[in-house]
Amino acid sequence: MKKWFSSGNAYIWMVSGAVSISMIIVIGLLFLIAINGLGYFWPKDVWELNYQDRSGKTIKLIGELHNEERISAKRLQEAGIETPPGQNFVTRYLLKVGNREFGNDFRWIEQFNIENKEQGIKTPEKLLVVERLAWGNLYGNFVALKEKGKVVAKDEPGYIELLKKVSEVSEKRKEIEKISRKDVGEINSLIEQLRLDERKLELDKRKNETTMKPLLEKKKILEEQFKGLQKKLDELNAVIKIDSIDVQLADGKIVDVPLGNITKVYEPNSFTIFEKIIFYAHKFFGFLYEEPREANTEGGIFPAIFGTVVLVMIMSIIVTPFGIIAAIYLREYAKQGPFVRLLRIAINNLAGVPSVVYGVFGLGFFVYFLGGNIDRIFFPESLPHPTLGAPCLLWSAVTLALLTLPVVIVSTEEGLARVPITLREGSLALGATKFETLWRVILPLVSPAMITGLILAVARAAGEVAPLMLVGVVKLAPSLPLDGSFPFVHFDRKFMHMGFHIHDIGFQSPNVDATKPLVYATAFILVALIFLLNFAAITIRNHLREKYKALGSL
Amino acid sequence: MNNTQEMITEKSFDFDDAMKALAKPLHLLKDDDIAIRVKDVNLFYGTKQALFNVNMVIPKKRVTAYIGPSGCGKSTLLRCFNRMNDLVDGCRVEGEVILDGENIFDLIVEVAELRRKVGMVFQKPNPFPKSIYENIAYGLRIQGINNKSKLDEIVERSLKRAALWEEVADRLQDNALGLSGGQQQRLVIARAVAIEPEVLLLDEPCSALDPISTFKVEELIDELKVHYTIIIVTHNMQQAARVSDYTAFMYLGEMLEMQDTKSLFTNPKDKKTEDYISGRYG
Repeated sequence: MKKWFSSGNAYIWMVSGAVSISMIIVIGLLFLIAINGLGYFWPKDVWELNYQDRSGKTIKLIGELHNEERISAKRLQEAGIETPPGQNFVTRYLLKVGNREFGNDFRWIEQFNIENKEQGIKTPEKLLVVERLAWGNLYGNFVALKEKGKVVAKDEPGYIELLKKVSEVSEKRKEIEKISRKDVGEINSLIEQLRLDERKLELDKRKNETTMKPLLEKKKILEEQFKGLQKKLDELNAVIKIDSIDVQLADGKIVDVPLGNITKVYEPNSFTIFEKIIFYAHKFFGFLYEEPREANTEGGIFPAIFGTVVLVMIMSIIVTPFGIIAAIYLREYAKQGPFVRLLRIAINNLAGVPSVVYGVFGLGFFVYFLGGNIDRIFFPESLPHPTLGAPCLLWSAVTLALLTLPVVIVSTEEGLARVPITLREGSLALGATKFETLWRVILPLVSPAMITGLILAVARAAGEVAPLMLVGVVKLAPSLPLDGSFPFVHFDRKFMHMGFHIHDIGFQSPNVDATKPLVYATAFILVALIFLLNFAAITIRNHLREKYKALGSL
Repeated sequence: MNNTQEMITEKSFDFDDAMKALAKPLHLLKDDDIAIRVKDVNLFYGTKQALFNVNMVIPKKRVTAYIGPSGCGKSTLLRCFNRMNDLVDGCRVEGEVILDGENIFDLIVEVAELRRKVGMVFQKPNPFPKSIYENIAYGLRIQGINNKSKLDEIVERSLKRAALWEEVADRLQDNALGLSGGQQQRLVIARAVAIEPEVLLLDEPCSALDPISTFKVEELIDELKVHYTIIIVTHNMQQAARVSDYTAFMYLGEMLEMQDTKSLFTNPKDKKTEDYISGRYG
C-alpha cells in the first residue's frame, strides 16, 4: 500500500477523479438546461378531461400538460385536499388551461380526482389552441369564423379559411409594426430634434421670429406627414379588426376573438411527427427573433440577445486597447520597482472585487458624475431629461470593461514575459528601436495571449448581471441599441440583457408557471451564445498560434 | 556524408596557411587598417567591475577572435561595440570605443544608427517567427525600404552571401523556424549582412551547432571578411585558430595579450596565454 502511494498512482487517481467530477457537473448542468429549455418548444398534447374540484363539483377542463409529479399524499392532505385511503403517493399534473382573462392559466390537478383516472384523459384531434397577443393562449373548440359579427364559415372549411386569414392578418400586422416603429418613430425623433433646436435657441438667447421660422415650417411638414401615417395606421387597424372567430371553451362558454389579437392557431393533437418538428423549429426560431409579450411571459427574447451581443462587443472594443496598453507599459516601459509591484497587486485584486461594487462605482462615477457633466456641457437643451446622465448602454459597457480589465492586463503581461529575450536582442541588433521591436516582433507574438485575455473577459462580461442592473439594463426596452436611424449605435439607450432577463422572468414575474420553462430556454441560449463568442475567439487565437508557433521552440 | 568529411579536411588545409600569411603583425598596421580603437574601457555591472582597462585595436576587414575562459568578459566586451550592454540594468561603461572617428558612447550617437553599422549574431540562432524573406527584409523595412524589387534584390544577395540561397531559394515564404539550426544561424547572418554593416560581431556563433553546420559557418566567415570587419567570440581554440587573423586572450576582465593568430598560438608572450592554449586550464 505504501509502495502504491509512493509510486504516485494515488495522486493520478485523485487528480483524474477531481477532473471527472468537474466534467460530470458541467455536462450535467448543461444537459439539465438543454433538456428543460429545449423541451419547451415541443408541441404538447392538449387534454380534455372531467375533473372533480374541491367543492365536489365536476368540471370539464381543456389544457396542455406542462408538468407531472409524484408527491406524498400527506402533503396534499396538509394542503386540505382529501386523498384516497391507502395511497401514500399520488400523481398530479400541471395543466396549462390558458384563457387568462377568466382566471389563472395554470392549474394543478390530482390524478385521482379525474373522472375515470387515466382513462378519462382524452386528446380529441379538433381541440384548438389560439395564441394571442394579449391574455395568452386560448384553448377550446372552434365554432365559427365571423366577418363583422356575421358567421361566414363553420367547421372544417371554416378552419381552413381561418388559417388563411390568420397569415393575412399577420402580414398586415407586420406592416402596422413597421409604420408605427420605423416611420412614426423617425418622425417623432425629428420633431424631438426640432424641440431641442428651439430650446437651444432659447438658451443661446437667439430665439426670435426669424430664427424660429424655418423650424416652424419644418415642424408643420412633419406634422402633416405624421397625420398621414396616423390615418394609414387607423385604416390598417380597422382592417384587422373586421374578422373574428368564435371559440367554445371547456365550460361551454363561447368567446369572440378578433383576428387582430391572434398570432397563431393550431390543432396540436392532430399533428404528425413531421408537423411537430416543423412546429418546433418555427417556435424555436420565433423565440430567437421575436420580441417578448405579456410581461415577458410570451414571445421571444430577441432584444435581450441583441443587447447582450452589442454590450459585449462594445465592452471588448473598450477593454482590449486599454488592457494591452496598460500591460505593455507595466512590462516594457515602467521601471520595475516597489511602485510597479504595488500596481500589479492592485490590478490582481481588482479582479477579485465583487461585481456589484463595480456597478455602484459605475453608477456613481460614470453615470452621475461623468454622464451628468457631459449632459450639462454638451446636451444642455434636453435637460432636465438626461442624455448620458442616466443608466445606459455606454456606461454599462464601460463598467464591464473596467470589470474585465485586470484579466486582459494579466494575460497580456504573461504573454510579454514569455517572449524570449533573444528575439528582442535580435531585433535591436538590427537597428530597430524599442518601439519598432515591440510593434513588429513582440506584439504579433503576444497576440494569442491578448486574445486569451479577451476570451476570459467576454466569458465573464456576458454572464454578469449585478452591475448592469445599476448602470443600464431594463426588463423591457422599447427600442434596440443599434438600428437604422442616425447615429446607428445609440449609446444613450437602455437595453435588455439575457442575464437580467433570466433574473426577471425567473424571480420577478407574477406568472411563475409560465416563465419557468422560459428561464431554462433563455439560460440555454445564453450559454450557447457565450460558447459561440468564445468559439470565435478561440478560432482566431488558434490561427494566430499556428502562425507564431515559435515560442515553444525558443 | 563521406564527401562532406573530405571537403572539410581539404578546405581546412587550404585556408589555414594561406590566410594567416596575409595577417600582418599588429605593430605593422597603419591607421587605415584599423576599424575600431578601444581605449581604457572599464565596465561595471552595478558595483562589480567586469572589464578592466581594456586597450586594443580591431583591424579592418579581418577576423579578430576573442578567447579566454568562461566569465572572462569576452562577450561583455563584444557587446560594448553595439552598445547591447545598454539593455542591462545598472551597467556603466567608462573609456572610449572609437569607430569611424567617433566615440560610440558619446551622447550624440544614435544607438539604432550605431547598430546598423555594427551587426551582431548571437549564440543561439534567433530568427523571427516570420517568413525567411521577411526575416532578411526586417532590417531594411525598419529603415523604411519597402520597394519590392529592391528588397528582392537585397534578400537574394544577402542569402547568397550567407551561402544559404541555394537551400532556400524555392521557399522564401516559408516560416524561418522550419529551417535547421545551422541554416537558421546562416539566415541570421544573412539578416545582419542585409543592412550592410561595417562590423559584424559574432558571439559564439557555432556553440549550438553540429560539426557540419559549424564548418559551413566557419567557411562563411572566411568569405565575409572580404566585406566586413569581423569580431568573433569563441570557446573553441581550434576554431579561433582556423578562422581568425588576430586573436586576443582575455582573462578575468583584462585583455592579457593580442597578436596575429599565428604568433599567438605559436609564440605566446604571456604565461597565462600559454597555459590556456596548451590546455592547462580553462
